[in-house]
Amino acid sequence: MHVPDGFLDAPTSIATGAVAAVAVGVALQRARRELDDRTAPLAGLVAAFVFAAQMVNFPVGAGTSGHLMGGALAAVLVGPWTAVLCVSVVLAVQALVMADGGLTALGTNIVLIGVVTAGVGWAVFVVLRRVLPQRLSMIPISAAVAALLSVPAAAAVFTGLFAIGGQAPVDLADVLTAMLGWHVLIGIGEAAVTGLVVSAVVSTRPDLVYGARRLVAARTAALREEVAA
Amino acid sequence: MSATTSSNRRFFAAFLLVALLVAGVASYYASSHPDGLEFVAEKTGFLHAAEDSAVADSPFADYGTSGVDNERASVAIPGILGTLLVLVVTGGIAYAVRRRGTHAPVDAAA
Repeated sequence: MHVPDGFLDAPTSIATGAVAAVAVGVALQRARRELDDRTAPLAGLVAAFVFAAQMVNFPVGAGTSGHLMGGALAAVLVGPWTAVLCVSVVLAVQALVMADGGLTALGTNIVLIGVVTAGVGWAVFVVLRRVLPQRLSMIPISAAVAALLSVPAAAAVFTGLFAIGGQAPVDLADVLTAMLGWHVLIGIGEAAVTGLVVSAVVSTRPDLVYGARRLVAARTAALREEVAA
Repeated sequence: MSATTSSNRRFFAAFLLVALLVAGVASYYASSHPDGLEFVAEKTGFLHAAEDSAVADSPFADYGTSGVDNERASVAIPGILGTLLVLVVTGGIAYAVRRRGTHAPVDAAA
């Protein structure tokens, strides 16, 4: 999904750059509520894992591939604002060192792969967490569904940006259909990786998982009451 | 306290090891097909609008190492260096903005 230079015109790229700058600025302030001495190292590790996983494109058929975006995964593990920071650092390193994603498109990529996937992923996760049984085993399932939906959401936003500032005459309905279709398939891979990783962390260290905080706190409180009684 | 610290260290070390193995080993087996966006761009006729990045001549451009012929090493080097760079930068930011101390999970806004 890394947008190269040239796809979008300068005004659109400047606008997405401004949105990305504001989002990162707000994230730097809000991430404070999500991070403490215990969880700060996990933020670095989650970003490192997202960088690593983004190198591993998996085939999705018919000569196409996809890779993890990681916004939903990071949001569940370390919190949505910290997730924006994690993915933004990954995208900056990729654009500056690996020439993966354009330099003038860095803002666009932060908006699509960082803000949209973390935002949509977290919103879906929070809704599912509310309606599903209050059990730790539900956390990876909610995370996987959130991840699945976050990918076509980013694809739809890309198409919207292309409608505004695309640098080639195309049939937008065709672009939207193709983007959504392929990115639902890529989303299945996103869901599998996200579900697996969240499941591994929840089963070893549920206390470190941001999206499981209330559940872990409630469980600890219930245990204390039992012990007291 | 020390038990918790060492358990944290083990967990974090395992997490890092997985990331390094993915970036340094699994990356070699990545599909070389175009990704979803590139594929759609080609099919619907806007791939030609793509321009080379200004850093396309970087020694690690496209996750290869210029001058390293061994294909496994060529992709492993930017993979491992990139993973460590992202770890240090994000970890540094997370430490800088974090609240000091360990807070009870209940006070999370989530």
